[in-house]
Amino acid sequence: MSSKVVNTITVDCLGETCPIPLVETRKAVRKASPGDIIEVIGDHESSKKEIPMAVEALGLELLSIVEKDDHWIIKIKIPEK
Amino acid sequence: MNEKATIIVHSGDYDKVYSALIIGNGALAMGMDVSMYFTFFGLERLKKGKLDKGKLSRMHLLGLGKAMIRKKMKKINVRSLDGLLSDFVELGGKILACDMTMEIMGIKKKDLREDVITDYCSVGTYVKEAKESTMTLFI
Repeated sequence: MSSKVVNTITVDCLGETCPIPLVETRKAVRKASPGDIIEVIGDHESSKKEIPMAVEALGLELLSIVEKDDHWIIKIKIPEK
Repeated sequence: MNEKATIIVHSGDYDKVYSALIIGNGALAMGMDVSMYFTFFGLERLKKGKLDKGKLSRMHLLGLGKAMIRKKMKKINVRSLDGLLSDFVELGGKILACDMTMEIMGIKKKDLREDVITDYCSVGTYVKEAKESTMTLFI
């Protein structure tokens, strides 16, 4: 049995505005493999609500939304096939 | 099968082309298939080097209004129209050019951004796709 490698891909959207956090998240999702984790970091307020909407629409798994003082971090998991 | 969005880009105005590309990218990001149909003045924007050359739909003020908006957009880091068009193509969006507009305006394929255009078509293709769409916009 070989152990499975889980990649974490970080998408840095700090300082980016509409629609870039969504677009860059989507690009990362397209490139990721099943089981991978995508971590999006940003400070655009609406994207904090809208990335989870995209996660649902795309059938992905939302792991967490962490809010810091001046930014947020959203973790997404690409489902295993 | 993914939900589908079709967007007609009839206007060549700077702000309206921005709206169209932002919505197109947003729909792709939300998992939809998106086709953007460039027609009439919108098609002018697909000429080489013309994407960001449109006027503002209001308050253009001989270019002064547009310059002010562009300065503000740069300050808050809004992505350029070229960047948004590249994003749209990278995310699998389709760009369609209206061939009747090409005839009316004397536009040749070589005048257009052939690198981003998926196909050349007329109204039938749009109607067929719009019928299958859950979202269709005329901008």
